Amino acid sequence: MATGAVQAAVAGSARSAPLPELAGVRWRPRASESSLRRTERLWLACTVAHTAPFLAVAALLPALKLLLIPMSLLAVAQAWIIAELYAARGAAVVRPRRLPHGRAGECEAAERTALGLLGDLLDHHSRALHARTGLVLEGGELGAWLLGESGAVLVRPGGHRVHCYCVKATEAALPAADRIAHLLLALRADETGFATVANVAFCGARWRLRRRVDRRSRLALDAVENARPLRYASGRGNN
Amino acid sequence: MSRLIRMDQTGHTTLAEWTAEDSDAIDAAVAAFRAELEQGYYAVVSDGDGRASHVRELPVDASLVILRRPIAGG
Repeated sequence: MATGAVQAAVAGSARSAPLPELAGVRWRPRASESSLRRTERLWLACTVAHTAPFLAVAALLPALKLLLIPMSLLAVAQAWIIAELYAARGAAVVRPRRLPHGRAGECEAAERTALGLLGDLLDHHSRALHARTGLVLEGGELGAWLLGESGAVLVRPGGHRVHCYCVKATEAALPAADRIAHLLLALRADETGFATVANVAFCGARWRLRRRVDRRSRLALDAVENARPLRYASGRGNN
Repeated sequence: MSRLIRMDQTGHTTLAEWTAEDSDAIDAAVAAFRAELEQGYYAVVSDGDGRASHVRELPVDASLVILRRPIAGG
């Protein structure tokens, strides 16, 4: 019996497979460099379509009557707010979860244990960044990833565009570090599969997202900028 | 010493430990591994250098096998 089990176990070391969660989203084409570029173009077109009419109105009103300048300013503000709302939606993916009232103490020990495991999975730089920001920086083929408890931000090569993904572990009671470890392991196993399973919450300019995130997440976004030459240089052949 | 751990609400729980020479411990680890997979967990081996692999059978040569819950778009 022992031999059979050992043989089965050894056979198991023939690794690896695509992300198992892909089975749940069969209708989605697998994310790729070109699909990300398409998403970027679509979001840009969408943002322009939503804001351009207001900007056109803003330009037209003073031409008709100078008295309408306040209305014109309101139209400009409306165009600006629409774009900001999209970015705010993106910023929400890296916002830490709020624990239910009274559960903070109870979760502390679990959080410490989970942090130990997450720390083992990270290098020194990422560990230090996580301690400061609560986010984990991970280099990939598609760009640099910032992983939070309930989402991920992909900073594309060049650092100008970001994709914000809503994605999380399905078990709600996990400590924060474990939730990040879930995303990290899935990302490392199959980066394009990870980007396929995740839902896009925002895609747009990095500066726009940077304005909407909290101070800690802003530090993490800046760390991507500083780490970029090193990170993007290390290809992982993860397709 | 290799370990099979499950990420759960306690942080993580060690389900089994084994060495390549201890076939009884490997049997116990394989049984625990399969039971967790049946419960809906996925098994991942961290390969170092920013890589990981999903496994469907327990890789006895791995030093650490991690069981995780599925992820989903929110």
